[in-house]
Order: sequence, then structure tokens, then C-alpha cells
Amino acid sequence: MKNWPLWEVFIRSKNGLEHRHCGSLHASDATMALENARDVYTRRMEGVSIWVVPSAQITASNPDDSAELFDPAKDKAYRHPTFYELPDELKHM
Amino acid sequence: MSEKEVKNLEAIFDARIARDEKIEPKDWMPEKYRQTHIRQISQHAHSEIVGMLPEGNWITRAPSLKRKVALLAKIQDEAGHGLYLYSACETLGVSREELYEQLHSGKAKYSSIFNYPTLTWADMGAIGWLVDGAAIINQVPLCSTSFGPYARAMVRVCKEESFHQRQGFQIMMTLAEGTPEQKEMAQDALNRWWWPALMMLGPLDAESVHTEQSMKWKLKRKSNDDLRQQFVDQTVPQAKMIGLTIPDPDLKWNEEKQSYDFGEMNWDEFWQVVKGHGPCNKERISARVNAWEKGKWVRDAAMAYAEKQANKEVKQAI
Ligand SMILES: [Fe+2]
Ligand SMILES: [Fe+2]
Repeated sequence: MKNWPLWEVFIRSKNGLEHRHCGSLHASDATMALENARDVYTRRMEGVSIWVVPSAQITASNPDDSAELFDPAKDKAYRHPTFYELPDELKHM
Repeated sequence: MSEKEVKNLEAIFDARIARDEKIEPKDWMPEKYRQTHIRQISQHAHSEIVGMLPEGNWITRAPSLKRKVALLAKIQDEAGHGLYLYSACETLGVSREELYEQLHSGKAKYSSIFNYPTLTWADMGAIGWLVDGAAIINQVPLCSTSFGPYARAMVRVCKEESFHQRQGFQIMMTLAEGTPEQKEMAQDALNRWWWPALMMLGPLDAESVHTEQSMKWKLKRKSNDDLRQQFVDQTVPQAKMIGLTIPDPDLKWNEEKQSYDFGEMNWDEFWQVVKGHGPCNKERISARVNAWEKGKWVRDAAMAYAEKQANKEVKQAI
């Protein structure tokens, strides 16, 4: 018989905040994954909402491609407000 | 990859750790880093899981409902700690089943302290106070270890440990304030757990093999001897406070170094227990193996049910 698959667990700690990845666990199906996530990751009111996602369903970027993916943003200083030098007398901008 | 390329990658890797950058699972890492982490994190996970057994022994005999819910919650936390750590370990490319297999076959170690029996209720106090106390000293520095998933798991674990130690100390305190028999029971538990707790912090620095590499990778941030000294210095005043005596005739305050000198540990006993000849080694492993083997039909049934449901959904979709 197959082993229980791995699930990634995301918890929203309170309304107004995003769900955040907090770890993973094994469960036979989504219902059990939710129940297990409740027991493993929210024993002290750490959450008000849980997402579980089969780990196999996540497509992740490869660290080897980091340069290609993220370096192009490095030389685009004009995307930041500090790039635009303006007179000190200017207020509220 | 040529040997030179690997050397180069290793240098970049070491520099990242030295700059306090974290290593994440999909980053390149030296094979030795991966293997060392699998070994240490899984040993740690096994210790949390096996560590539930000596305390589980007393759940049904806890002296009050309050003590029972506290002990249950504490043991449930230990299960949680084991699970955080197993999943951190799996990010390194080892499966949960392999990890269990290593524990069950005796290939993997776990903390030798859990091979001692829990003879009286006072042992629940001594374990929380001393064993969890020593564990906290070991674990706090690991919150800033270099491997991201391990560090994050340790942050969670450390947040939860402090209640464990406090509930244990409170059990000891209550017994020590009780009848002469109750105080005697607390003292007896302290006598039995003191030395194993000291040795739980690992072999003497002079005999320790992995330390240098582990320091570099921030798997270890303080030496075993330093951790032990810290444990003794913080625990001795706590024992005094509740009128219990540390079972060490050589224990005395050293004014010059502003800490306690203490007696020699029985390392023969320690290694005997590590090698499997402690009072409960066989019992602990057979409890784990039994739970795994007798639970197989449940795991299979859950999987069969999940597959049947998934097939139904596909059929409906068509
Ligand atoms: Fe723990
Ligand atoms: Fe604990």
C-alpha cells in the first residue's frame, strides 16, 4: 500500500493577515490533512484559518536560476522613490 | 562536477553561513552537510517521539485532573516537536518511512535519557524540570542554526518548552512542600535523574568528535561542557529554593569562576545506555515498532479510502 502523501500547511494567524507557510505533514487525504494541521500547528490559538496543499502540487523556482530571475531587478533603481532627487523645500511627496 | 568546482562551491557555501545567511532545502549544499543534518535532525525527532513513552506511563495515574491535562498537553507537544522535526528532515530528501526504519532497526540513535524508567509520580516532575530544562539549554542556540527548516522548527519548539519545564518544577515544588514521604519521593527522583540529565548534554569536550565542523555550520553554538555548566549553575539554586539536595558531594560554589564545580559523571554508564544496555532500551524500541506495525492496517485503510474517494470524483467529473 502507498504511503500517506506530504502536505504543506499554511496558517492565517488572525484576520487581516495572509496565510503563511508553517510546515508540512503526512495525511491520506485533504480532510485528514486539515485535521492533522489543526493538531500539529494550532495547539495554542496560532490560527483562525488553515490551508493544506499537496506538496507535489507546488511548482517552485530553482535556486540555480536565482540570478536570471532576480538580478534584473537590481539595476532598476528608478523603481524606488529615492531615485528621484527633488528640492528639499518640496513637502508631502 | 570537477573537484575544483566542488571546492569552489563549498567556499561560497561556507562564506554564506559565516555571513549568517540561511541555507534552504533546494540550495546547493555539500553532501556532508546534508548527511550530518539528516542525522542530527532525525535523532532529535526520534528523541521527541521516544521521549513521550516514559511520561505516557503516568497519564492514567496522575494525581489530579489538573495534573493529568497538563501532562497530556505536554506529551502532545512532544509529539508535535517530533513532527516538526521529521518534516524539517524530509526537506533534505529522506522519506519519513526511511527515518522510522532507522529508528526501529536501531541504526538511528535518540537521547539516551529516555531509556531510564519512570518509577514514581515525582519522575514527571524531575523530567519536566531537569530533562526539558537541559533540552531547552541545548535547543535555544539552535534557533539560529544555519539550515532554515531546522531553525524554524526549533523556534516553535522553544516557544512550547518553557511550559514543560515550569509544570515539572511545580510538581517537584508541591511534593517538596508536602508530607515527609512526598518530599522523599521528590528527592529520590532528583537523585535518579540528576546525573543522566547532566550527561544528556553530550560527552565531555575532550572526547567530543563532531564539534568543530558543527560549530562552523552553527549546528552547535556552545560546547557540551559550556552547556552543562550553564545547566548546573541555573539548576542548583532552583533545587535549594525547594529544599532538595543535588546528589553530588563534590558540588561547590567556585568564587573565582563565579560558577559551580561539580563531580565526575559516570560515562561508562552513559555509553552502556547509548549502546542499548540501559534499563528500558528494548522496551522503548519495541513500543515504537509495535505502534508502527499494529497501525499499518489503519494507514492502509485510510489510503484505500482516499483513493476510492479520488476515483469517485474523477468519475463524476466525466
Ligand atoms: Fe520537546
Ligand atoms: Fe518538552
